[in-house]
Amino acid sequence: MSDAPERPLPFSLGQNPNLDDWIRVDAERTVTVRTGKVELGQGITTALSLIAAEELDLPLSRIRIETADSARAPNEMMTVGSMSIEQSGSALRQAAAEARRLLLDAAAARLEVSRDGLTVGDGVVVAPGGERVSYWELQGGRPFGVPVTAAASPKAAAEHRLVGKRAPRLDLEGKVLGSARFVQDLRFDDMLYARVVRPPSRDATLAEVDDAPVRAMEGVVEVVRDGSFLAVLAEREQQAIEAAATLREHARFDGAAPLGDPEGLHRRMAGNLRGSYPLVDGTPMEQPVPPLEVPEGAVHTVQASYTRPYIMHGSIGPSAAVALSEGDHLTVWSSTQGPALLAPSIALVLGVAPDVVRVIHVEGPGCYGHNGSDDAAMDAALCARAVPGRHVKLQWSRADEHAQEPYGPAMRMDLQASLDGGGRVVAWSHDVYSSTHMGRAIPFGRRSSLLAANQRAEPLRRPSPRAALRPQSGIHRNADPYYAFPQPRVIKHLSAEAPLRTSSLRGLGAFGNVFAAESMMDELAVAGGLDPVALRLSHLEDPRGHAVIEACIERAGPPPGRGPDPQRPRGRGFAYSRYENYKCHAAVLVELEVDLASFEIHLLRAVIAADSGQIIDPDGLDNQLEGGFVQAASWTLLEQVGFDGDAITSLDWESYPILRFDQVPEVETVLIDRPDEPSLGAGEATTGPTPAAIANAVFDATGARLRETPFTPARLRTALFG
Amino acid sequence: MSTVELTINGESQRVEVSPETPLLRVLRDHLDLTATKEGCGLEQCGACTVLVDGEARMSCKLPVGEAAGAAITTLEGLGTRESPHPLQQAFIAENAAQCGFCTSGILVRAAALLERNPDPSDAEIRTALRDNLCRCGAHNRVVRAIRRAASGGAP
Repeated sequence: MSDAPERPLPFSLGQNPNLDDWIRVDAERTVTVRTGKVELGQGITTALSLIAAEELDLPLSRIRIETADSARAPNEMMTVGSMSIEQSGSALRQAAAEARRLLLDAAAARLEVSRDGLTVGDGVVVAPGGERVSYWELQGGRPFGVPVTAAASPKAAAEHRLVGKRAPRLDLEGKVLGSARFVQDLRFDDMLYARVVRPPSRDATLAEVDDAPVRAMEGVVEVVRDGSFLAVLAEREQQAIEAAATLREHARFDGAAPLGDPEGLHRRMAGNLRGSYPLVDGTPMEQPVPPLEVPEGAVHTVQASYTRPYIMHGSIGPSAAVALSEGDHLTVWSSTQGPALLAPSIALVLGVAPDVVRVIHVEGPGCYGHNGSDDAAMDAALCARAVPGRHVKLQWSRADEHAQEPYGPAMRMDLQASLDGGGRVVAWSHDVYSSTHMGRAIPFGRRSSLLAANQRAEPLRRPSPRAALRPQSGIHRNADPYYAFPQPRVIKHLSAEAPLRTSSLRGLGAFGNVFAAESMMDELAVAGGLDPVALRLSHLEDPRGHAVIEACIERAGPPPGRGPDPQRPRGRGFAYSRYENYKCHAAVLVELEVDLASFEIHLLRAVIAADSGQIIDPDGLDNQLEGGFVQAASWTLLEQVGFDGDAITSLDWESYPILRFDQVPEVETVLIDRPDEPSLGAGEATTGPTPAAIANAVFDATGARLRETPFTPARLRTALFG
Repeated sequence: MSTVELTINGESQRVEVSPETPLLRVLRDHLDLTATKEGCGLEQCGACTVLVDGEARMSCKLPVGEAAGAAITTLEGLGTRESPHPLQQAFIAENAAQCGFCTSGILVRAAALLERNPDPSDAEIRTALRDNLCRCGAHNRVVRAIRRAASGGAP
């Protein structure tokens, strides 16, 4: 490991250059590493600890990791978009390499030997003559006090002894023994419990409430009303639950805005637009939409429209937060994805200086994007301000969570593609319609998307959605084909404001766009009498994409055939995408059985192949890829948010079912390691190919083409028999 | 309000509470046993599963008065760091979770399954866990971990 010439610093280091913000040598034989990212159950604390332990020549057990806290560096904004390994991982690797270099310099000076012959094991630096000194003797409890300079070179992949090997999850023991505390489990002396009573829809208002009966209930300490924001605080959680139910009975709400008819939702989307933006080299542009044409030479042209409904994040635990108002300061414990953004966003709503609010991350149930966590934090903050000096834990009910979380938006994808007589795609058009996937609170301007902010007596209005004109942002994520098609026509359409509240759900637009594009690939293959996998390979220039597709097909083995029961035909389907066209390559193959009596689809087997560059922890990667498949399979087969004239009707797990243990198929995963390539985000990589692989397998089994998720028995029956 | 006597994880407990209060609330709010989770409060997700006289029961709507006199086991009572339950060892060995919020209820239900059926098939495991929801998609790892525990720790 020689010192290299200066290279550009990883982005997060440029933002947070102090070495002490990343790495601290503790007094007691451990090293503390800090990240601006948070653990969401994706295993990021384990992966980042591995990277630091690798560079510092320490066993994993010597690493302590601290995650995001808005009051201290490093600030890495949010834990989103499968970017934590790319961003925090590359920063920590460089910081740890730098720390090791400084420690070796100090050791050489202390031992009065040349730096060149020093070796390190378990934090002890040993000279060729046997003299030794430990990291803790050299630096224990003392800051480095220097910026990271990019002067140190991280290890080459061939030198890795931890990175790339299966690691035990650091956070799992506490979760399995029951000692881990999620934000829902935090306890402080003197803590009060709060529940909210929300209007039935987001535009409804609280007309009047008689809180006297509730104030008389045992344990009730306070009723907080601020405009249409209404909550009750009690000594015990059960008292708060009962008081909230009573409070609702004594509240009258007005002006529920109609949510519209879900039946015509996708038809209306295309007729009610805020703007249309053709993609030029992947970037949406404010310019005229080119006409849709069929080129000369087109022999087979296929046109089809695909849709997905509103989908929930559906965390298993309802959103919660703890807040404490003390003097001028407010501290919030939250499972938010972005403490550094949430703190100033809460401050904006409260009209206080940004540094008055501190948000500390505490683990919550998996969120898979922007769920209710941030809203619950805002709710808790409002409640805590009513009882200064006491911690307040606020938790939503299950119905609150189902009805109030910001959903993944409904989408419609209109595709048209043409083949020439030689099996080449000569035209490709993809129009995607959606409301915004970008509903997070941002601490700028005079607006807020936090629910309670819109409901206070002096509300901040919610932001008016604007089209994000960047490559791969929400609606058009993965709409731009990764195949070599001549001049693809790809148009992003931002629908006018949706009747339901929407924001970022795992994969954002990629689920809808890849569902449509990879279904169309099979539809084209059928039209042209081509093999669908061969059609993909013949239009894919990236050899890493080829390798992933071939690995998936090879693992899958020979096709299983129709199966023994003609009333239960079997089929196989395949799909591929590269997430955001520059992250993880993922191929998904599905085998399933269709019950022609009940029109139910039973998944039998799935094979995933992926290339996410250098693998940090293969088991963590496997867990993310398979988890993404299972979740996307659940969206595809079962999930849609129900609503009628003025209210959400999916209020529990019976009215919004998700995939159960006996519906999840066996999954095999093939990982292609590229030790000398950068690590690429993988947490969302399988969500796009999964619905297309299932649709293609249903077609293979039955000849029925499903283009609307979820693939309900009614839709399958219609596709088969009209 | 009355005094309810409970046996939880082998220890006698007396709580001053209405007998109608759900057992889940007594565990979490009165006894600070927070491994048992509130997922829905509707007996629909299984996050609150505990053992009542060896039987897996959801505790979110179970009146505490009905549990008086029974032997109640929560995840905290299944094993300890020093002496973990074979299922806890197996879940760690298989990294059988993502966020871990549903894990408590799944472990407790799996413990009841193995008491009843020490060598369950994959299909029997999946059927037994039908009422426990997992949103992260760790299902297959969970099944592998239960099978590992059933086979004495071998993968």
